[in-house]
Amino acid sequence: MVSLSVSDRATDTATKPAGAPRLPFRLSPGARAALPLLGLLAVGFLAPLLAILAFSFAPPRSFAVLRAFSLANYAELFSLSNTVWLSFLWSIGFALATVVLLALIAYPIAFGLTFVFGRWSGLVSVLFVFPLFVSENVRLYGWVLFFIKNGVLDGSLKALGFSGGPQVLYTSGMILAGMVYTYLPFMLFPMTLGLAMVPRDLIDAARDLGAGRWQIWREVEVPLAMPGILIGTLLTFVLAIGAVAEAKILGGQSVIVISHDIEIAFTYSQNWPLGSALAVLVTLFIGTLTLLALQRLDLDRLLGRR
Amino acid sequence: MDQARRRTALLVSLWTGLIALLLYLPILCGALASLSKGRYFGFPVRAFSTEWWERTFASIEIGMIVENSLLVAALVTLLSVVFAFFGALAFARYDWKGRRLFQKLVLLPIFFPQPVLGLALLLWFSALGIQTSWMTAVFAHLVWIVPVVTLIIAIQVYGFDPALEEAARDLGASRWQVLREVTLPLLWPGIWSGALFAFLLSWGNFPLSLYTAGADSTVPKWLYSKMVAGYTPMVPALGTMSTLVAAAALLLGGLVMLLLRRRSAA
Repeated sequence: MVSLSVSDRATDTATKPAGAPRLPFRLSPGARAALPLLGLLAVGFLAPLLAILAFSFAPPRSFAVLRAFSLANYAELFSLSNTVWLSFLWSIGFALATVVLLALIAYPIAFGLTFVFGRWSGLVSVLFVFPLFVSENVRLYGWVLFFIKNGVLDGSLKALGFSGGPQVLYTSGMILAGMVYTYLPFMLFPMTLGLAMVPRDLIDAARDLGAGRWQIWREVEVPLAMPGILIGTLLTFVLAIGAVAEAKILGGQSVIVISHDIEIAFTYSQNWPLGSALAVLVTLFIGTLTLLALQRLDLDRLLGRR
Repeated sequence: MDQARRRTALLVSLWTGLIALLLYLPILCGALASLSKGRYFGFPVRAFSTEWWERTFASIEIGMIVENSLLVAALVTLLSVVFAFFGALAFARYDWKGRRLFQKLVLLPIFFPQPVLGLALLLWFSALGIQTSWMTAVFAHLVWIVPVVTLIIAIQVYGFDPALEEAARDLGASRWQVLREVTLPLLWPGIWSGALFAFLLSWGNFPLSLYTAGADSTVPKWLYSKMVAGYTPMVPALGTMSTLVAAAALLLGGLVMLLLRRRSAA
């Protein structure tokens, strides 16, 4: 690969007409190919994050960004009378529980996709990808129709002579179920990529040498599939930290999660500096986690080996 | 031993089936609600009617919203494939100095909660003095969807032998010819599935559209506004229709993929 990029450069200079203006430095073909995407991320991802950082230092309830400097927003967030830490705790709690539940739910499916379903794997994958393309509010609203009074569950139970279904809507448990439901594919597919890295022969060899199912799982499958499991865990955790639709639709706003707090600051209370400070804290939290985890990953190996 | 393996297979299949069922249950509930007569949903359904589907079809407002969604999704598909094609080459094809860092940068928007990204973009647009509309929504979608599509195309690029490009070069093909006659045809399946993902993810996206589309509405945004205030059975009707559109797109895309693969095998 290295020699290839050198030869690329050699042909470039060779085919260039002699009179063409020469740049002071030449980018490698890889860097040139990366430029459009880097530009998009600079304008559409990095710049907005810098904008909220700048806004977070503006005086509260003002739009005087970069004209005045104030730490009042952060002071307000960290003051004890502010209940925003409660939203933070809720979000972290939901995210942790989501990750644990999803790991348990998705593992057997990922195992099946890799080792059991054979030529049906493609079809089963499509079955599990498809809900991603249906807007989450449509799917979550379907659960409202299922659990609501006189809804599918309640109505069926009544028709069967019971006194009716349990009232689970607008509780924190329902919000958690909604998150588990929404983010299943984000755990399942990285996990499957990870399990695909486990050579089948290795499992067979371990079995022939007398290892039990549990031992194989603990000492062969999980360690070798770890990069995928790690990505799935991180992805679902981060997405669940930022999730808001579940709490709004299934939770009926009985619990305010952190993204909801940010949204309230940006919309109803028109306090952009405060909302920005909150968004900065969330970004720092998520960014640190993501960068720490990504550092340990070899993406070439995870994506390249098929 | 073999019996134990068969038992595992059975249990895994049963579990997968159960979870798949749960995955589709709410979608089915929506379809059921859209087909029941009467303004308020009750189960068991007393009478079915296609009234709400007809009214949804006839609504001019909804027609415009569907047009918005299609326009956004089409533009996002087109643009994200172009960005992601080159991005994927930088991600997986070339060995260059900043590649490892680039790979991680590309992942960051995927690992970022969309509601927060949407709000940050909203603030950024207003700081620049840009009026939010469906056009800003296209941009917001791109920030999230281009990285996803880049990964999808990159997987195809990993399986691609760079020696083929080199050989074409040695045989006298120009840079453009190499791209058109070697690189593109070989990467076509990856590009196609990337395009399919881009369309479907944009079509169903809610959090980014909510904050960055301004006064313009998309299908998920309209549905949400009616869910919060002013439920009518047109909500599940349009929701089910939008699901069917996604299913049709996926089916069509899958067929084209199959044809592409068959042609490249031949």
